[in-house]
Amino acid sequence: MDTINLTIDNKTLVVKKGTTILEAASGIGIDIPTLCHMKLDDLNIENKPGGCRICVVEVNGRRNLAPACCTEVNEGMEINTHSMRVINARRTVMELILSDHPFDCLICAKSGNCDLQDMAHNLGIREIRYQGEQSTYREDTSPAIIREVDKCIMCRRCETMCNEVQTVGVLSAINRGFESVVSPAFEMNLDHSVCTYCGQCVAVCPTGALTEVDETGKVVRALSDPTKTVIVQTAPAVRAALGEEFGMEAGTLVTGKLVAALRRLGFDHVFDTDFAADLTIMEEGTELLNRLGKHLSGDKDVKLPILTSCCPAWVKFFEHQFPEMKDIPSTARSPQQMFGAIAKTYFADQLGVKREDLVVVSIMPCVAKKYECGREEFKTNDNPDVDHALTTRELAALIKLSNIDFKSLPNEEFDNPLGESTGAGVIFGTTGGVIEAAVRTAYEIHTKKELPRLDFDELRGMEGIREATIDFDGLPIKIGIAHGLGNARKLLEDIQAGKSEFHAIEIMSCPGGCIGGGGQPYHHGNADVLKQRQKALYTEDKNKAIRKSHENPYIVKLYEEFLGKPMSDKAHHLLHTEYFDRT
Amino acid sequence: MTDYKMHLLLCGGTGCKASESDEIKKELNRVLENHKLQDEVQVVSTGCFGFCEKGPIIKVLPDNTFYVQVTPHDAVEIVEEHVVKGRPVQHLLYTDPKTAKHIPDSKGMDFYKKQIRIALKNCGFINPENIDEYIARDGYQALGKCLTEMTQDEVIKEVKDSGLRGRGGGGFPTGLKWEITKNVENEQKYVVCNADEGDPGAFMDRSILEGDPHAVLEAMAICGYCIGADTGLIYIRAEYPLAIQRLKVAIKQAEDYGLIGDDIMGTGFNFRIELRYGAGAFVCGEETALIHSMEGLRGEPTFKPPFPSVSGYMGKPTNVNNVETFANIPVIINKGAAWFSSIGSEKSKGTKVFALAGKINNVGLIEVPMGTTLREVIYDIGGGIKNGKKFKAVQTGGPSGGCLTKEHLDIPIDYDNLIAAGSMMGSGGMIVMDEDDCMVSIAKFYLDFTLEESCGKCTPCRVGNKRLYEILDKITRGKGEVEDIEKLKELSGVIKDTALCGLGQTSPNPVLSTINNFEKEYLAHVLDEKCPAGQCKSLVRYDILEDACTGCTLCFRNCPVGAISGERRQPHYIDHNLCIKCGVCFEKCKFNAITIS
Amino acid sequence: MTKIKSLADLRKMKEEVQSKIKLRENSDNSGQLVQIKVGMATCGIASGAKDTMKFFIEELEQEAIDAVVTQTGCMGFCYAEPTVEVILPNKEPVIFGHVGKEKVHEIVDAYIKRGELVDGIIPVNFKTIDD
Repeated sequence: MDTINLTIDNKTLVVKKGTTILEAASGIGIDIPTLCHMKLDDLNIENKPGGCRICVVEVNGRRNLAPACCTEVNEGMEINTHSMRVINARRTVMELILSDHPFDCLICAKSGNCDLQDMAHNLGIREIRYQGEQSTYREDTSPAIIREVDKCIMCRRCETMCNEVQTVGVLSAINRGFESVVSPAFEMNLDHSVCTYCGQCVAVCPTGALTEVDETGKVVRALSDPTKTVIVQTAPAVRAALGEEFGMEAGTLVTGKLVAALRRLGFDHVFDTDFAADLTIMEEGTELLNRLGKHLSGDKDVKLPILTSCCPAWVKFFEHQFPEMKDIPSTARSPQQMFGAIAKTYFADQLGVKREDLVVVSIMPCVAKKYECGREEFKTNDNPDVDHALTTRELAALIKLSNIDFKSLPNEEFDNPLGESTGAGVIFGTTGGVIEAAVRTAYEIHTKKELPRLDFDELRGMEGIREATIDFDGLPIKIGIAHGLGNARKLLEDIQAGKSEFHAIEIMSCPGGCIGGGGQPYHHGNADVLKQRQKALYTEDKNKAIRKSHENPYIVKLYEEFLGKPMSDKAHHLLHTEYFDRT
Repeated sequence: MTDYKMHLLLCGGTGCKASESDEIKKELNRVLENHKLQDEVQVVSTGCFGFCEKGPIIKVLPDNTFYVQVTPHDAVEIVEEHVVKGRPVQHLLYTDPKTAKHIPDSKGMDFYKKQIRIALKNCGFINPENIDEYIARDGYQALGKCLTEMTQDEVIKEVKDSGLRGRGGGGFPTGLKWEITKNVENEQKYVVCNADEGDPGAFMDRSILEGDPHAVLEAMAICGYCIGADTGLIYIRAEYPLAIQRLKVAIKQAEDYGLIGDDIMGTGFNFRIELRYGAGAFVCGEETALIHSMEGLRGEPTFKPPFPSVSGYMGKPTNVNNVETFANIPVIINKGAAWFSSIGSEKSKGTKVFALAGKINNVGLIEVPMGTTLREVIYDIGGGIKNGKKFKAVQTGGPSGGCLTKEHLDIPIDYDNLIAAGSMMGSGGMIVMDEDDCMVSIAKFYLDFTLEESCGKCTPCRVGNKRLYEILDKITRGKGEVEDIEKLKELSGVIKDTALCGLGQTSPNPVLSTINNFEKEYLAHVLDEKCPAGQCKSLVRYDILEDACTGCTLCFRNCPVGAISGERRQPHYIDHNLCIKCGVCFEKCKFNAITIS
Repeated sequence: MTKIKSLADLRKMKEEVQSKIKLRENSDNSGQLVQIKVGMATCGIASGAKDTMKFFIEELEQEAIDAVVTQTGCMGFCYAEPTVEVILPNKEPVIFGHVGKEKVHEIVDAYIKRGELVDGIIPVNFKTIDD
């Protein structure tokens, strides 16, 4: 028998075998509240520990209440989702959670975005009958993520992201009983651990236990310092998500308003990381073709596949986990860092501003970018190429702080020279985008022919690991794509085991790529949000006049005036980097 | 081979080892050698005799003389008097507390009279580190019989017919469990022995493993044959070093004989057994938590279904049984289901091992037929309450169980009767309380235990139990209110209703059962701010009766905080601001001049 | 190390090793077995009780009779040492005096095997305070 007949709240229904009570109820419009449960469809991500016990329901004939999230339906089941017994149990459980949670909602970074707060509101909690000792833990601040573990409710979502999805294995439940909490082993600080700062834990935390390091204050200070020239770059994925913070539909493109808002915030120049993405393609694409050329001419020392290196969490991941492979990724810096390097040399020279007086701020969908801009190799005389990296969420907070009515802003254009970009730069923000952009350029440089088409559907999608072979005019180029570090690990292990062969691989740490970054507006477990953002980026690409990086006129100009050619000594010095064994 | 004329069976269980049984053995052998008796008298280290109250124990065979509380010093006397001259050493004999007479033969001891030993049949009888002695007691015959003369279904039927139920606490029919696992199709299956004994005061599994490890190995192999598994895993807590060592020896010996390993007894059946160590978490007695712990994950339970029989260790079908359950299997196969099911009560067959502890004369390990009454266990076998005090309650089922009172003394003990009486069988811990035990404190004690042992995964257990504990603590400090009792009941109800695993679902039981049976005692705490048992320090007040005090200054000299003052030969006084209620003055006073209120 | 290769092997093995714990098995079931108590106080030992005990054990083994041979204290019949108390299942104890090697053979052969009384029985005509 493949179907099950049951009744929920006196409604009869038929569902597939294996359906949970939660899913069955949701199918007929009954929204059983959940707290720890999280399911991201299409991405194959589910957190279902059955731990919070908020979703309990009454099943006729059963001794105790059943957690709807992990109880599968049975034939003839009679379920009541809001009996007196259920409501009493649910509210009591909620009171218990709250009795061990700090009451600092008004000043919590998560206020307004907190699932726990919403749940307390929805359950109408007005008093907490069972009060007592609250657990306290040390606050842990790292370059990118702050752990305020007092606020942890043991939902284990972060643990699922860190262990199962990302296979990083830093966060897990420790201690027992009342002292149980999610933490790195031995209550180690995050910055001593192998944490990649991907921020997926932050992205799914239902409370304020995990948040990004807030740098808005530093940016406000820089903006109000008359001696500083403050410029800003915005990553591609930001424009597809920022609108959500202002109540706009997921997937609304707000590029023009974003530029307008940044200008009103007082940035002297509003630039685009997409420009640097195009630059990345020039360098990385050239590197790919070099390695490929050597490989084809029989050079045994050359390493293939080439792996993308624009994601800082991915870089830290392989430095910890696959140090023996550290000469395989492209040496090209990430777009954020390429932008910073060019800004503090080429552009500072143009302005006639000293390096120290130029402040580069980046708006990123990412929390790992905060860590990346602090890496020693990206500093000159202790002055970082990028001074402050803000997340999309922090930018939204800054805009609100500055009394800007975002929705009514006009659309404005980026400044030049570092604001001009192509469609190739835009799609950097989604999984598959970097490699598609690289293919567009590498193909034309290699074959010296114009591409017959620009949309590579075979490289797009949400599958965790994707493979495609692109015909470079008779030369088949095998391409791999992975997003989510767990998928990346699988791909790397396959390569190490000799199971897979690729010429080039794109890896993004976050599920969906940067659109699903740890610094993006909270998706609250709705995977559809990521799909809408992805769609928006491909739309922006389509609408661009220029869609190939090597055709960006300002890139061409940059090489003519400053860098010479891709992989030149100067380019090497400013745009490439090295990796370290962190084991 | 030497045929010894006399055997000195010396308990080598953990308890007696702690009381120098190894030293005693050395001494005995030394003295025997001095008398050139080493070839005539064999000293055998055995598993636990059960009579731990009076350990270390030596049983002299063939005459069944039972020596208690032996010290290494006594070796000379035992050899020179008993072995050489045949005169039992009177002062080492057990004294019957009722008749105050020495009992030379263990068969005459009330402690053993009502016991039937199935699971413990070899404990205290054979040398657990010698497989030959196990074989001499029909060891591995049951396995041989199953492999050569019975089909899998026939064995399962025998186990089902025997009526054996899980001895770990749940009481699930063992044969049925085997059948379910057998019927799940998979290339790889596992047999797991749950040796993660965690109830406070319970030590039957440890004693079986220490005293008769082969019985468990044999039963696991039988189970493996039935369900189609070639691997057995014993999950044992690392705090049981002696049991671990004995198991290692036993596994090695059984492997050497080819009784476990490949092609057992030429039947083509392969079965190997490995040990897995736990860190002693109570929750790992829950089978899903146990399996996660074995997989190297955090020991916390997951939602069932899927049950381990479908998806257990490494996602494979796994049959988990407790040590005592396994120990019954070889006997059932050898003697038959009909024999086994003739013992016990209607729905609970066979025997149950209990660990007697608390305020009882004969602390120890006993095995009685199901259906024996609490009265028989406590008074006949246990020898009654210590120091002639009054029986108040007995906690069965450990921290998941409840307390039973004198009204329950004549209930025949079995799974269903205990549940009906508001407690449960659990793994067989039995803690006896007397009139000096405060029931609120008892509930607090158990909650403190579950609080420590909760895995912290689900809210009701992690936070709810903490809040229960805090309320109980408040009551024992005299700060409770009448509403707190209602709160305890309500919160207990929700915890039982919503917790994820058995640990959480049963953790409020001690609270509820003490409220049910001793509500007056709770009320005394909250209304009168009094602890009737005089155990809650905050509610106790020590005073000196002026008329009775002789001014001997003994209390004054012994008070650790200087709270007592007074002139010699004059009545003394207690400063209640300084008094820490340690009770030393009460103990020291020879004139009953100290009162507790 | 011998491997046990079949159930028959195991059974054979059991037979072989059983003697190791036979003494224990027997004393566990002493009520159903012949019990022999050899008086082994100073007087008994001086009169050769240790040998008597040895003879009993050997003789019984030879005749394959399951019995429990134990030593006991002075029975009070010092004039008749070595003295031996023999208890057949479900029968009253009988005490024999002057039990040497020959007597052992006689007791085993006549009394234990066939239930016939032999010379040398000491009448027991007192009760202990336990009775």
